[in-house]
Order: sequence, then structure tokens, then C-alpha cells
Amino acid sequence: MSTAIGRQVRDHGPWALVGALGAAALAIVASQRDETINALWVVVAAICVYVIAYRYYSKFIADKVMRLDPKRQTPAVRHNDGLDYVPTNRSVLFGHHFAAIAGAGPLVGPVLAAQMGYLPGMLWILAGVVLAGAVQDFMVLFVSMRRDGRSLGELIRAELGTVPGIIALFGTFLIMVILLAVLALIVVKALAESPWGTFTVMSTIPIAMLMGVYARYIRPGRIGEVSVLGFVLLMLAIIGGGSVAASPVWGPAFTFTGPQLCWMLIGYGFVASILPVWLLLAPRDYLSTFLKIGTIVGLALGIAVVAPHMQMPAVTKFVDGTGPVWAGSLFPFLFITIACGAVSGFHALISSGTTPKLIANETDARFIGYGGMLMESFVAIMALVSACVIDPGVYFTMNSPAALLGTTPETAAAAVTKLGFSTTPEVITQTAADVGERTIISRAGGAPTLAVGMAHIISSAIGGKAMMAFWYHFAILFEALFILTAVDAGTRACRFMVQDLVALAVPSFKNTTSWGPSIVATAIAVGAWGYFLYQGVTDPLGGINTLWPLFGISNQMLAAVALTLCTVVIFKMKRERYAFVTIIPTAWLCLCTLTAGWQKLFSADPKIGFLAHADRYATAAAEGKILAPAKNADQMAQIILNDRIDAVLAALFIGLVVAIAGFGIAACLKAWRADRWTALETDPRLAPAE
Amino acid sequence: MAMLQPQSLRSRLQTLSKCVCDGARLMVGQGDYAAYAAHIRQTHPDQAPMTELEFFRNRENARFGVGNTSGFRCC
Repeated sequence: MSTAIGRQVRDHGPWALVGALGAAALAIVASQRDETINALWVVVAAICVYVIAYRYYSKFIADKVMRLDPKRQTPAVRHNDGLDYVPTNRSVLFGHHFAAIAGAGPLVGPVLAAQMGYLPGMLWILAGVVLAGAVQDFMVLFVSMRRDGRSLGELIRAELGTVPGIIALFGTFLIMVILLAVLALIVVKALAESPWGTFTVMSTIPIAMLMGVYARYIRPGRIGEVSVLGFVLLMLAIIGGGSVAASPVWGPAFTFTGPQLCWMLIGYGFVASILPVWLLLAPRDYLSTFLKIGTIVGLALGIAVVAPHMQMPAVTKFVDGTGPVWAGSLFPFLFITIACGAVSGFHALISSGTTPKLIANETDARFIGYGGMLMESFVAIMALVSACVIDPGVYFTMNSPAALLGTTPETAAAAVTKLGFSTTPEVITQTAADVGERTIISRAGGAPTLAVGMAHIISSAIGGKAMMAFWYHFAILFEALFILTAVDAGTRACRFMVQDLVALAVPSFKNTTSWGPSIVATAIAVGAWGYFLYQGVTDPLGGINTLWPLFGISNQMLAAVALTLCTVVIFKMKRERYAFVTIIPTAWLCLCTLTAGWQKLFSADPKIGFLAHADRYATAAAEGKILAPAKNADQMAQIILNDRIDAVLAALFIGLVVAIAGFGIAACLKAWRADRWTALETDPRLAPAE
Repeated sequence: MAMLQPQSLRSRLQTLSKCVCDGARLMVGQGDYAAYAAHIRQTHPDQAPMTELEFFRNRENARFGVGNTSGFRCC
């Protein structure tokens, strides 16, 4: 008896201590009202939550729901070809998987969510990842791993049927278009009127090409060497950018407006996605991947060393939906705004991509799937910290639309002070000077705010105020670099999807080696995201206001679709008593996205509802009036058309999720009534395929 | 025992650095060439494995090349 108790204490005692520490940290974070708290409490609370969730909840899922079997052959063992299917060390594979899922999403969403204070965003990031995001990544990885590493689209087709499969393929295409537009918009917002940023980001193109030639002809395959070379050149470009911006000749030459940058990006997207991969895409991928991992590690160390205080209140008055950064109340829009970092549908594409083909042992899936997503969530927590350690006055100056702030430091300071966050024109001018920019007013999109926060943290550790401008542009470059890689790779992916979809009607269109279909499909892909990008760049409310919620809705809907698939698989395995594991997050995501989608469509508030906004402009146009920012009747018509297209898109997303949920429920009921296992796993007894 | 310890430390460091290098290469889609070559020699003794350079280009194309979307990154 006493030995049993002793074992219990030994097994669970340390975890109970971690739990107690986490609870204490959360209590401190949540109860502090009058004075600022140290950001380390946020970090400690998050890490304790992750540890406990990993030790207990992911183990429960692995043992009870999935029944992972260490003796069962994985696709990597069964189909081992040394190329696509290779049993891989789990730590190495963790790095691969994390690098593939981490991107701009977890960095931008929490920054935007900070307008409600850090507490709502932090709680959703933690609850969301433990109960929804990590569960989705882990479950999809499991489902794909048991089916020879097949893709999400194929899995939905096999387990739910052909029609849901085609709906999901079409939905994925739409989601990808919105994603690329919003990512490109973040870059445009960060580089507009910024010669320093524009110069450094543009110089990545020749640097990448030089690396490409080096790795192809001079020292083939030497990734380490070529990455170091590229990194040194990048740092020189950041330093040189300061001189370029200060030069009376080159400064203006690298200063572009939003619409100019928009057209340049569209042109770039088109050309980059048909160039040979070794010339531009692959070398820039090395730079962006290693820089991303390095910067994330650096930021974590920076927060640990500097231990900054959170300047933003725990909860601001904007939880009621009156905030200037994005419109809409806490429910459902906070859960839409923080998409990645809590739960991201895109991870379902990665978890059913290369990762399941590389797993050496089934039990590794827990560490890679669940653990990888916890790591991504930690990146989101760090982004939230970075946004909240800067002066709230500066935060709202950077993220509120120009329509509210005007364009001078005086008008902006007055407007932000009126919002309840006192600031002065001197603070605004000084912050801009510190980071080497002309202005910080209305630099929406998340990236510039995050860069100011990161520069604040890292410069406190290295270099002091003198290095702040360098770190700011380093952070901008880091984000722009992997966004450009995503735009390039994403345009390619979209192009292949277009070719697949058109080939349903015209089979010859699928020929990816002939120039005609390739160029047409690329043009369709670029045109689709370019349209939304242009719309966002010219939007008076800053574009992020319109596009980010659409992106959030689409991303969460993809997650709901993936979790529906997982629920169906649990029912088909006759383990429906554990189906709550996926039903709870699916139901929550459906509730959030359908409510948000509905409000985006039908809300009477023109700030939220697309149709209400269109009506307001249509009524004015009928009376012959011109509403700002439109300058003439053509622009009025354009705004009305944009609103209606956005409304159609929101309606399509709603239809998509309702359809998949319907098919999912039907499939669950059928599986529930069946008297035996009906899931379509690969037979574990199958001999190797060769 | 005292003789063994530095050696095991060194071998551990070697394992760690191989792990980090392999991890970094796999992050950009480049798998382990030695493992590939060993696998081909063992299972297909009649075939010559690709050279290291051919392997590199094969993996580059598999990540981003025509018809492939696996290099697509997340948001």
C-alpha cells in the first residue's frame, strides 16, 4: 500500500509542483490591476501549462484515443526509399516539422489582439493550443500516418466521400488566396514610405540569386557555407540600408507608396514562381528558415534576460468591440484574430504532408505533433509579450487607421490620448527616430509593431538605444523574408491547384511541363491574391481591418474541417466515447467562425458588416455623394464591388464549413450504427511494398 | 571509467552536432545522403545510388519543383 502511494508521489509529484507554479503564475498575471507585471510571469505560466498539457492530455490522447503502437510499422519503415519515406530521428524531425508550421501567423495575430489587453489573448492562446490546436496537429498526423502519409484532401475523400473532398480542395484554394493576400499586405504595410526597409528587403533578391548560383555551380550542395555567406550579406544590407535611407539621392529612390509596392509584389510573385527553384526560391528558403529559427531563439533569450514589464493593461476597454485596430467584440472576433498560435487549419496540410512519411516510430507522433504545436504557441506568447512591452500610446499610434489619427504627430497624439492612452507628439517623433523611420503613424499589419517590440527587447540586451534602428530593420527583414518565401512557394502551390481544378474540365491543362497552362495558371493564382492585396492596400481602414478577419475565419474553418475528419475517424474506430477530444474544439471553432462569418455578412454596423458597408456607399452614390476615401464615382463603385466580393467570400466559407460539418455528422452516425470498425487504415500486417 | 568519460562526452557532442546539422538540413528539405546511399546499397545491390549532387538536386525539386507543394509554408 505504502509503496503504491510512494509510486504515485514519484510519478505525479514533480508534475503537481509544475502545476502549482503555473497556477500561481496565472494568478499573478490575472490579478494584477494597478501596476505593471513582469513579462516573465506570462512566460512561466505558459510553459507550465504546456508541460502539464503535454504530460497528461497528450498522453491520454496517445494511449486512449489513438492507441499508438510502438511495434506497428510506420509509412517510413514500410516504404523506406531513402528519399520521401525515411525513418528519421525524432528530434531532427521535430525541427523539420516546427520549421514548416511556424510562420507569420503566430507573430501577427497576437499583436493585433493586444488592443484588448494581454490577458484575453494569452488565455485564448493557452486554452486554444491545449484543447484545439495541438490536438488537431497531433490527430491529423496520426490519421495520415496510419494511411501511408496521405494528404488532407485525399483523407477527406477517402473517409468522408468524393463530394466533401472536392469541396475541401476548392475551399483550400480560396483560403490560400486570402492567406497570400494578407501576407503580402503585411509586407506592403511594413515597407511603404520606408526606404531603409525597402532597400534591405529588395537586396535579398540579388543576395538569394548569388547564393543560388554558388550552391549550383561553385560549391554545389554546401548549404551551411552558402547560408553563412548570405547571412553576412544580409547584415551588410541592413547596415547599408541606413545610409541609403539617409542619402538625398537614394533615399527618395527607394521610397514607395503602398500601391506602388503592391504592383511590384504582384510582378515579383509572377516572375518568382516561374523561375527555376534553385535560383531564387531554394536559397531564400535557407535564409528565411535559419533566420526564423535563430530569431525565435534570440527573442526567447532576450525576454529571459531583459525580463521586461508589460506596459499594456491586462484588459482594455476595447473588449466591447469599439477598438481602433480591428472591429468587433471579444466573442467571436478575438478567437478569429489569434488564428495561428492557438489553432491553425494550415497545420493540417503540413501534418498530412512530409512529416508523416518520416516518422520512425508511431509513438514519436506525440512529441512531434502535439509538442511541435506547443512550441508554435510559445512563439505566439512571445509575440504578445513583444507587443505589450511597448508604450500603449505608441501601440495605438502604430495600429490605428489614418482616418482616425490624421497624418501628423500632433493629430495622432491628440487622437490616441482621446482613446484613453496618453501620448505626446514628442514620443511619437522620438520613437520613429529611434527605429530609423520617418513615421510610425498607422503602420498597421502587426509587423512594424512587433519589430518595435523586438527592437525594444533585444536592444536592451545588446547594443542599447544606438542599435535600436538596426534591430528594428532586422526584425522587419526577418518577417519580410519568410513572407516572401511563402508568397513565392504559395503562388506555386496555388498554380498547381488551379491546374488540378481546371483539369477536371480540360484534362490537358494538367501538363505542368508545358508553358501555356503554366503561365495561365500562374496568372490566375497571382491575379486572385493580387486582387485582394490591391483592395487591402487602397482600403481607407488600412486593409488589415478587412482582410485579417477573413483570413482568420478561413484558417479556423480549415481547422474545423480537419477536426471534423478526425472526429469521423474516431467514430469509425468505434472509440466514440473519446470523441469529445475532437468534438469540443470542432464545435467551438464552428461556433466562432459561423458567428463571425454571419456578422461579417449581415451586421448592421458598416465597420463590421460587408453588406452594410456596401449599402452605405451605394446609398451615397445614388444621391450623387462621394464618401471618403473615394475621390470620384468610379472609386465609389470599386468600394461597393469589393465589399460585395468579400461578402460572397464570407458566404462561401460559411457554406463550406456547414457542408463539411453536415457530411461529417452523417459519416459519424453511419459509423456509430455500424457494428464494427470501418476506418480505412493501412493493414499493419502488410509487408513492405517492394 | 575516468578514461572513458571524456570520450563518451566527445561522442555525445558528435552525436549532438550531427543531430543539429541533420535537423538544419532537413528543415530546408535535404534528407540524409549517407542513410539514402546505405539504404540503396542494402536493398538494391544491383542499382547504383545517386551521387551526392544528384541527391541534392532531387531533393530540391521534390520540395519546390513542378507539381510539388510540400515546400509550402504555413502562415
